[in-house]
Amino acid sequence: MVGYLIRRIVAGISVLFMVTVATFTIFFLGPADPAAALCGSRNCSPERYMAIKRSLGLDQPKVEQFFSFLGGIFAGRTLQSGGFVKECPAPCFGYSFIQNRPVSVILAENLPVTVSIALGASVIMLTVGVLIGSYAAINRGTTIDKALVAMSLTLSSLPYYVLALLAFLVLAVQLQIFPRTGYHPLLGDGPFFLDLLKWVQGLLLAWLVLGLVMSTSYARFSRASMIEALGEDFVRTARAKGLSPRRVQFRHALRAALAPVVTIFGLDLAGLMGGTIFTERIFNLKGIGYMAVDAVFNLDLPIIMGTVLFASIVIVAMNIIVDVAYSLIDPRVRLG
Amino acid sequence: MSGTQEPFLCVEDLTVKFPTADGVVTAVNGLSYQLELGKTLGIVGESGSGKSVSSMAIMGLHDPRRTTISGSIRVQGTDLLGVDDERMRKFRGSVAAMIFQDPLTSLHPFFTVGDQIAEAYLAHHKASKREARERAIEMLDRVGIPQASRRVDDYPHQFSGGMRQRAMIAMALINNPQLLIADEPTTALDVTVQAQILDLLQDLQREYGSAIIIITHDLGVVAEMADDVLVMYAGRCVEYGPCKQILTHPEHPYTWGLLTSAPHLTGDPEQRLTPIKGTPPSLIHVPSGCPFHPRCPYMSQLPDDRCVETLPELRPGGQGGSHLVRCHLPNPDEIFVAEIQPRIG
Repeated sequence: MVGYLIRRIVAGISVLFMVTVATFTIFFLGPADPAAALCGSRNCSPERYMAIKRSLGLDQPKVEQFFSFLGGIFAGRTLQSGGFVKECPAPCFGYSFIQNRPVSVILAENLPVTVSIALGASVIMLTVGVLIGSYAAINRGTTIDKALVAMSLTLSSLPYYVLALLAFLVLAVQLQIFPRTGYHPLLGDGPFFLDLLKWVQGLLLAWLVLGLVMSTSYARFSRASMIEALGEDFVRTARAKGLSPRRVQFRHALRAALAPVVTIFGLDLAGLMGGTIFTERIFNLKGIGYMAVDAVFNLDLPIIMGTVLFASIVIVAMNIIVDVAYSLIDPRVRLG
Repeated sequence: MSGTQEPFLCVEDLTVKFPTADGVVTAVNGLSYQLELGKTLGIVGESGSGKSVSSMAIMGLHDPRRTTISGSIRVQGTDLLGVDDERMRKFRGSVAAMIFQDPLTSLHPFFTVGDQIAEAYLAHHKASKREARERAIEMLDRVGIPQASRRVDDYPHQFSGGMRQRAMIAMALINNPQLLIADEPTTALDVTVQAQILDLLQDLQREYGSAIIIITHDLGVVAEMADDVLVMYAGRCVEYGPCKQILTHPEHPYTWGLLTSAPHLTGDPEQRLTPIKGTPPSLIHVPSGCPFHPRCPYMSQLPDDRCVETLPELRPGGQGGSHLVRCHLPNPDEIFVAEIQPRIG
């Protein structure tokens, strides 16, 4: 197991390296020039332009910029620009000159929001999806099954941002069934229970919309997986032993059907942690996705780099975790 | 068969149909047989003959939404086909138990063997997990698994094929069922292991006094184990009687085909194998009259078209009483002695 983990981690690090190179390259091959953008189109003199460029650290050779960035992750960096000295303690994911703060600080600020959204939505997505899918599978061929499949298909065919926007405008703004969305810190100043309530209220609509839309693919997948599991020989044996129908369905069939779902869930969760852009924008939740979109519009390269790197780390880590988890669920799977 | 008391298991006119997109599959058609405690019935036939389907009907394992079952299956006087789900669940695994062909896929890969055996016990007894585990170890030991107390915590994939089948037998017998249905229990195993498993089953039968139905396509297994034999073809019984009788004086052309197509250890190595010509019939469009007629080499012996037009009745054979045959041939024994017997080693 240990050898396997080490190999996977080493492989993961090389993936992260390539992701960083790719992002870096794409940014610099792009048509946008952040220095020019900051400089403005009217009063921009060549000297002013060069000064801005220097202050953004963009006058150095690209390769050097890249390796300074990498080094900073482990050791921290001291950045010098236009006479100013900025400290960027390790792990230094870069320094945003536009916001005048280290990227890691910005990430740390926005992370709780994204994590809150991801956790709540994934709970809904998994439970609703699996329940609907397995119920449909158990009652395969009946009207209920057909209705559930149709509903699931319809929901997944609608563009997410349209649904989210409609939900927000109709349910939160117009009809006011749901409170206005927004992030309230879980560990705020007031009593914990009050903070918890406000935290839930601000996120509830986002959780429901994101969770329900994402549950459709889980419903489809677990339905198919469950139908297959119900036809397995070991389920026939379970029935032949005289076990109750519930026990046969849940302990024997569902357990087998869920094994692959775990893999998908882990990867979906990793994706959610990287920032749900539409959700955060529409429901006004300032998480990593929100921050990343702003950074792209502002051409703030360090933030973009930091966000991409963070998301990649989460995905690589989750890939490893999911593979290990699968081997714990299915004793036939040997790692490495 | 004899005596005033009804036999332990009495199947009468059992018919099992599945509606499918292509038509209704009549997997079992008018099957009748009886079985006493302590005796073994061998059900023989090709794939698709309805052998497994009829036994699954006894266990109530068919999906009621997709299956139509008629006739009667009486165990100690009670007709199982009229019994509600909960009573049927209690019956399954305790009064009657079933073991299946492939023990690797028939055991759940995620749970230990001990877990699954104990589960069978706990489904029908109020006991603690500890007690159930002890019983499981006892049974594993009884079926001949070495170091049972250690192997009880192994997973099915960690057992060899023969040991897995023994574990399945342990799981089936843990509640002392009166009826054990073994559906091709040795087909997936090596020949030497086959013999061990069959010995084990006979041993356990002597000890527990259970009735056994053994489903197989292998006449060797039947010869070894069965008191009575029932030959099935296209969902119908075509020959039924005491094993010794059927194997020494069979009267149905299909049975002859089964006997002559089996290779013999002491036969002439140059001699070609004689399969039964043709293929098993569709169970949606079963041939008219006698279902075997498209493949029967003796149909021409009859002057008219009765084989094509009329389904033969199951009537007593030439040797008397309990041997029943479903065939129009008036003199099967003559044909048997002249043509078939010399070819059987």
